[in-house]
Amino acid sequence: MSDATRDTGRRVRMGYAALYLAFLYVPILVLPVFSFNDSIFVSFPLKEFTTKWYDQLWETPRLFDALLNSLKVAVFSAVFSTLLGILAARAMTRYRFPLQRPIFGLVMLPLVIPEIILGLSLLILVNRLGLTLSLYTVAIGHVLLCVPFAVGVLLSRFEGFDRSLEEASLDLGESAWMTFWRVTFPIVFPGIVASLLLTFTISFDEFIIAFFLTGTETTLPVHIWSQLRFPQRLPGVLALGTLIILGSTLLIVLAEWLRRRGVQPDKQPDM
Amino acid sequence: MTPSAGLLDRLHLLLARHEALRGYTLISPTLFVVLAAMAVPLMLMVAYSFWSQSYVTLDTTLTLKNYADVATRDIYHTLFLRSVMISGLVTLITVLLAYPMAYFVAFDVKKHKLLWLILLTLPFWTSYLLRVFSWKVILGYNGVINSGLMSLGVIAEPLQFLLYNPFSVIVTLAHAWAAFAILPIYVSLEKIDRTLLEAATDLGDGPVRRFFRVTLPLSMPGVIAASLLIFIPTVGDYVTPTLVGGTGGVMIANIIQAQFGKANNWPLGSALAISTMLAVTAIACLTIWLAKRGTGAIR
Repeated sequence: MSDATRDTGRRVRMGYAALYLAFLYVPILVLPVFSFNDSIFVSFPLKEFTTKWYDQLWETPRLFDALLNSLKVAVFSAVFSTLLGILAARAMTRYRFPLQRPIFGLVMLPLVIPEIILGLSLLILVNRLGLTLSLYTVAIGHVLLCVPFAVGVLLSRFEGFDRSLEEASLDLGESAWMTFWRVTFPIVFPGIVASLLLTFTISFDEFIIAFFLTGTETTLPVHIWSQLRFPQRLPGVLALGTLIILGSTLLIVLAEWLRRRGVQPDKQPDM
Repeated sequence: MTPSAGLLDRLHLLLARHEALRGYTLISPTLFVVLAAMAVPLMLMVAYSFWSQSYVTLDTTLTLKNYADVATRDIYHTLFLRSVMISGLVTLITVLLAYPMAYFVAFDVKKHKLLWLILLTLPFWTSYLLRVFSWKVILGYNGVINSGLMSLGVIAEPLQFLLYNPFSVIVTLAHAWAAFAILPIYVSLEKIDRTLLEAATDLGDGPVRRFFRVTLPLSMPGVIAASLLIFIPTVGDYVTPTLVGGTGGVMIANIIQAQFGKANNWPLGSALAISTMLAVTAIACLTIWLAKRGTGAIR
């Protein structure tokens, strides 16, 4: 293969990569662009620049209720799924026990079950138990959904863990508890923060499970869904969507940076 | 064998058991939550699918009526086949589009791999609902594409084929699931031993032959993983067909949702959900089996 053909191949792939990035990002950039457009229609040509759609958001109390609900659910889901993720990731990397792979498979299973099935089956359970739908039922669904992601993120952190550090600490007279806090925890800490941020974002943005399990208090995505039926509310959704995308992006960039810091990109597992 | 060696063996066994016990203890809370929030509800759903309901009263005598309904009513067949076709197409298109991208990051990007990976996965983490909604305003009758082309003078009338049909569902889903295709394919490409590629070149393979005889077969595990990760959830998608599908893009999940909502027949909805899941699992297993046979059991 000559250098010339190799370069041509590279250049073609480079061009393709640029197009692909455009395909990925155009739909996301549409929201911010039109959220500043002074028209209730999302269409060209663009009209005057305006921030009035953002100003209107401030005058929608139901929006703030939904936002607060979403924050509550997301914090709950993030904390619990990360705790459960720590336990599972530690058990998977530190110990060997019979049925380890099948149990791991079961824990990761929510990843490949359609969300509609997870949501509806939980709805049946809640109904059979005679519980009322509330933010708690949404949060339980979200914890289930988030656990595989938490485990995935934390595993990559726990796997690169050097056991001899813990052994050294124990040999030097630290108790098992102090060893955990002074050796293990600092090493896996970035993974824990990454997991918290990631699961928070997943829960905050999740719609399908929340749609089935939400009671009288709605989460933000469910609120947005209810707004989509009214064409005149469209610009408000654009403005709100822009803010949500901005927030999610910041959290995810932070999570990714923390998770991958010090880990070779080619040694990453696929999540 | 000396007695002390036997004792040592036994001690070793006890320790191993002890270790297993600690492993079980540690994983039990997670396992409990998954069992309580997923396994038990799924079993309940299976139970529901064998029950029946008239108006609001639930009859718990076992019956196959719901499954008979699912098996005999044409509407369910049509919707199921359409869902599988749409998801299959989405899977194919998403994987085909993602492969060159993953290839580029694995082989051409030398310095900023991490940046590229974050850039490619970032859209996936933003709200799914908002991304689908965004496609709706892009493809709409008075949407971004139509109004853009019209103000440029390319078209005089809005294009009608953009929204509310299987096409719009496929475009939206191919965008929504891109990260699930790129990541597994990238990982399997990255794992390929570069000396194998050099060997192929030294032995006289051109770039095209080398790709089809070395690179592609070795990256098949990633392609299969990507296909399953996309195919399985998209069959059950509900948001995309509702927002951009129109009547021609209604999928099986819409009908399942309707049984739990307006139609209020949970047992039938359960039977539909369970049948769909089983059929999808069967298709997935068949795909893995065929792919393994086709490529000669690559690990």
